[in-house]
Formats: sequence, structure tokens, C-alpha cells
Amino acid sequence: MNAIDRPSRLARGSVDMTHGGGGRAMADLIRDLFHRHLGNSFLDQGNDAALLPAEKGRLVMSTDGHVISPLFFPGGDIGCLSVHGTLNDVAMAGARPLYLAAGFILEEGFPLADLERIVVSMAHAARQAGVPVVTGDTKVVEKGKGDGVFITTTGFGVVLDGVEISPARVRPSQAILLSGTIADHGVAILSKRENLEFETEIRSDTAALHTLVAAMVEAVPGVSMLRDPTRGGLAATLNEIARSARVGMRLKEAAIPVKPDVRAACELLGLDPLHIANEGKLICICDAGDAERLLDVMHGHENGVDAAIIGTVANDDAYLVQMETGFGGSRVVDWLAGEQLPRIC
Amino acid sequence: MKYVDEFRARDLAEKLARQIAREAQTGRDYHFMEFCGGHTHAIFRYGVQDLMPANVHFVHGPGCPVCVLPVRRLDDAVELAEKHGVILATYGDMMRVPGTKQRSLIRARADGADIRMIYSTQDALKIARANPDRQVVFFAIGFETTTPPTAVAILQAEAKGLENFSVFCNHVLTPSAIGHVLESPEVRDLGTVNIDGFLGPSHVSSVIGSQPYEFFAREFAKPVVIAGFEPLDVMQSVLMLVRQVNEGRAEVENEYTRVVTRDGNLKAQTLVSDVFELRESFEWRGLGTVPYSALRIRDAYAAFDAEKRFAISEKQSRETKSCECPAILRGAKKPTDCKLFGTVCTPDNPMGSCMVSSEGACAAYWTYGRFREQAAKRERVPA
Repeated sequence: MNAIDRPSRLARGSVDMTHGGGGRAMADLIRDLFHRHLGNSFLDQGNDAALLPAEKGRLVMSTDGHVISPLFFPGGDIGCLSVHGTLNDVAMAGARPLYLAAGFILEEGFPLADLERIVVSMAHAARQAGVPVVTGDTKVVEKGKGDGVFITTTGFGVVLDGVEISPARVRPSQAILLSGTIADHGVAILSKRENLEFETEIRSDTAALHTLVAAMVEAVPGVSMLRDPTRGGLAATLNEIARSARVGMRLKEAAIPVKPDVRAACELLGLDPLHIANEGKLICICDAGDAERLLDVMHGHENGVDAAIIGTVANDDAYLVQMETGFGGSRVVDWLAGEQLPRIC
Repeated sequence: MKYVDEFRARDLAEKLARQIAREAQTGRDYHFMEFCGGHTHAIFRYGVQDLMPANVHFVHGPGCPVCVLPVRRLDDAVELAEKHGVILATYGDMMRVPGTKQRSLIRARADGADIRMIYSTQDALKIARANPDRQVVFFAIGFETTTPPTAVAILQAEAKGLENFSVFCNHVLTPSAIGHVLESPEVRDLGTVNIDGFLGPSHVSSVIGSQPYEFFAREFAKPVVIAGFEPLDVMQSVLMLVRQVNEGRAEVENEYTRVVTRDGNLKAQTLVSDVFELRESFEWRGLGTVPYSALRIRDAYAAFDAEKRFAISEKQSRETKSCECPAILRGAKKPTDCKLFGTVCTPDNPMGSCMVSSEGACAAYWTYGRFREQAAKRERVPA
């Protein structure tokens, strides 16, 4: 096969078992697709493992599997999501992400053109974030044993001395901040699900949050807690923190930003935005005295324009997250039992 | 959000709360049964109880379709999926309800049964069309609101000659359930359940109208106010009930005039009576056997009746021991009176249907209201 044929083969062909077989087809795929789009000096070393310069500080590492359905959705696709998701997990330790690794599981018959779209989107997201994909792996499974493509990414970063993000540092009377509107990602995915499709302009909020975190940590190095409310939404994330920090939380429903069309879609489908996944938002807990300064920093960043103080940490031996409703009453904000929307990320 | 925010406005809620507090007479209590699980959840989700004076109480009724389905019928559905090899199409709420020995549809699915969650009867028909070599059974549950879509599905299946589609019909009727609650010993003889009036169903009434409740109001001298599902609807309806009680009236009033008429949706009623007929009796969880309280598919559509198409076996079905769902569904106990509540029984590990359904009273107490129990416990046990 000559080189001129290759782009059209990618555009027309589909994944077959030889692409994972370790032979020439696999080598071609790696070179023509992965290296071509994701290439950087580390990946180009061509070894099974990337050799990386060590940096000062404590190392942070996180890994995340992405099995989202559908693969392409308003506002993003599995490619950029797999970059953002892991970068954010690293960033929530207060760290600066440095490197990414990516593992692909491809299903036989998956169109190569779609794979290329996904890899291009990954490359774009990684470039924008300034974090290279330094090593990777590809496997192919028989038709019916996967669902197009699954991507696992692993991220490394370093965290500066003096920054200690941990639920152990969460204390009663601290402030709870949220970086923007909730439920955009989950509702965008839902709007494209088979047998549930509805017309909407809602787009996923998928985004890398490490520059926002960098700005926040620089302004207030003593931030106690950061976490991105992905699966299970704001409700699950706050309950996780409350349980591990052994505190309660008191929220004000009126302070939690939700876009009107997201609220309308949730109303229609009988869902609670508090339980719906986000991919570009973070929760921050800090001393009450630092809250306004942090809020200013967040408002000045493109990923924190709608940031708000949504509540306070409270003494509560039952570790309950409670909310004053917009109606004027009180209620518990609970975890969700079971899975509301499977395969959301 | 237009047409929604208006019914959740805080300033109006506070105004209504003051009005109710002014008109509810001190020295007496008001017990109102909200029949529908939808009302129970609105009350807890928005914290409506916080806006009520201490002498106005809500008694939670049996209007939760998932909750009132007896274990036996759920076991039958599991059998259909496991032993008869059908594709069972079901609404999501049913998936986690525990049957005999905690066997649920979700467990059956994990063990290999083909059970699919659907959002409407049209999805069930779609599955039947896409799988012509498989039998597809729609697990039909619900009150009068969900019955017309089932009737339409059967008519469509007949028109299209969809021979692999059938319905396992468990549709039940609201008025007979209300009548049964009012006839129950707890209300009539023992006096352990006080009911001074009813918040009447909202969506159900959009189909059957307000007229069917006139009988209760007259015979049992209980006021009924048909109430919408928004929190302000609930509060306005409570005020209307308080006024009826104070004035010694027992009438059917309609707060939900933007949807409900006296006659209801005649077209839907016609569709339902074309396809279904009354069962002489039907078992309800909590209420026991209630005469003329459920529907079955008419002989003319017997070809689409899963109970006729498949030989469903007789079985010994059992509720979870010490689960208080039955008493809770009659309003005789509160979820917190149950020994299992919040200990072995939570939404993650439900022992009874009331903890599973998004309309169940136990789920509402646990999910939205359990801080009240914490507060009460703290008061009982001084630190």
C-alpha cells in the first residue's frame, strides 16, 4: 500500500482485528492516526514507555475510563472528554497536570473516520491544555464485545508545597463555592439518547479546569477542598465530601445556578439537576473569610463566570446535606439510589 | 421557567402560609390525606410541611402505583421474563421493587432475563416491531393516568397485526381505593387514622374528572379538594380544605382548574372502556382484596392479554418480614414507625416498594425529610 492511499483508507475503512494484532496494520494505524495527531517529543520517542523529566513537588496521578454513549454529543465527544476528565481529576488535587497517557479499546467495524475525529478532538484538547499525551495503547475486540470505542486516560501532575487539598481539612462554617451552572453535560447527553431525543440548544460543559484551579490556588493557597461534580452530580459530590469530612452542609437552592433550558428539560423528564453530571465545573470549600476573594478570581476566569457561594459547612453528626428550598422549606439533598443515567462519561 | 415558577413562588407561599395559620383554629387538629404519591413528594421536596401550622397534618395515602402492586404480580412478571423467555418492557420505577425473597426485575436482568426499561408504551411497541421472532410483554401498571396509553398500544398492535406483543395488565382504579381507605377499620371503627379531608388526585382527575369523588364527599361527609402537583397547589388546597372543615362543608372542590374538569377527558375514558373491563376483585398491597378496583383486557382483545397467552404459575408470594408498607399505604403508620426504615431498608437496599418508588412515602421521608427525624431524636435524647 502506498502512502497516497492512506488518508482515503482512513476516511473510508473501519477497524478490523488486524489493527490490534501487533502487525503492520497496527503500526500503520498508530503512525497515521495517533502519532500524526497527538505527536510530541515524548510520544515520538517510539518506546513502549515514555521517558519523562522529573519535576519538583509531590506527584499526583489519576486514571479514568470513558465509556460514554453517544460518542459524539452537543459540545464535545469522547475524545476531548477523556482529556478533560483526567486533567480535572489531577487538578482537583490542586496540582498542575504535566502528562497524559491514553488506552483505546476499539470495536471491530468501528469507522476509522470516526476514530480520527475522536483523536483529532483529543489532540486539540490536549494542546489547548498544554498537556501532552506521552504514551498510549490500542486493543481491538470482536464486534459486539465493545461499543465503538472506550478510552482510558491517566494523568500525572505536581502539586506545590503549601497546597493541601483534603476532606480532612473541611471544617464547620467554611464556605461552599460552585464554579458555574449545573447539569449541562448530563442533559446534553440525554437529549441525544435513543428513544429520548428532544430538541435543545443545551451543550455539554466539558472543559479543562486546571488553569482555573491554578488561579484559585495562587490567590488562596489554603483552599481546603476541590472536587469536580461529575457522575451523581452536585448532590453525590457534596455527600461524599460530607461523609469523609464528617460534617453536614447547608445549601441555598436559590443560589445554585441552573440554566433555564436545563431546568426546563429536567422538569420535563422528572430529573433533579442536583443529580446530573457535569464535566466542566468544580466545588470549592474554603474558610469563610477567603470566599469573596476566591469568588472574584473565579469570576475573572472563563470557566468560572457564573461562580457562586451556594452554602456553608455545618456541624452535623448525621453528615446530612440539607437545603433551604426556593419555596422556603427545608429538605435533605440525598445521594441517588442506583444509576439514574448509565454511561454518562 | 414560565408556567412552573409561578407555582413555586416563595412570596406567595409565605402569604398562603400566613392565611392557613390564621384560619386553622387552635384547639383542634386537621388531618388531610394526600392520596397521591406525587403530592407526598411535592410536600417533602419543597418542604411544604415547614410552612404549615403545627395542627395541620398530612396523612400519606396509597396513590403510588408501584407501591400498591402486590408482590404476587411482581413475581409473575419475573416469571414471565425468566421462565417464558419474553422480552419484558417495564417502566423504570418497577426495576428495583423487591419481590418474594428480595427477587427484583433488576436481579433477574443481571441473571440473564431480557428486561428493558421504557419511557412510554410506544417504546414497547417499537421493541416488538424490532424483534419479530421474540414475544414482547409490556408490564402495565398504574392508575387512570397511565391506562389510556396502554389502551392505545393495544389498539395499535391490533391495527398493525403485531402478533408478538401482549400486555400484563395491572391497571387499578383510584375511586375504589379511596372508598376502601374510608371503609377500613382504622378509619371507621378503631379511629386510629383520622382523616378530615382529601387532597384529591391531580393527573388522575384530568382523565376521570372531579365527578367520581362526589360520592365520597356525600356518603362519608369528607371534603375533597382536587389539587395540582406544584407546592403552591398543595398549599392553596389545604387552605380550601381548612375552610370546608371550619364551615362544616363536605364538598368536592377543584383547585386544579387549569387541567381538571368535572367530566374529565371523555375521549380517554371511551378508549379505556373499549379495551378494558372491570375485574371483580384485585389484590392491592396494603389494602388487601378490593372489589371492582382494577381493570382487565376485554375478550375482544384477548390475543394481547399476557395472562391468557402465557401459563403463569400459581405461587406462594411473600412480603418482606416486618416491612410496614401495607400499614403505611393505609395511612395507619408513618414510615418512621417501621423498624426497617433507615436501618436495613434504604433506597439503596429497599425492602419494600414504598422505599423504591419515586412516589413512595418511605422514599420521600428518607430522601428529603430525614433531617426531621434527626432533630426529633436529638430532642428526645438530651446531650
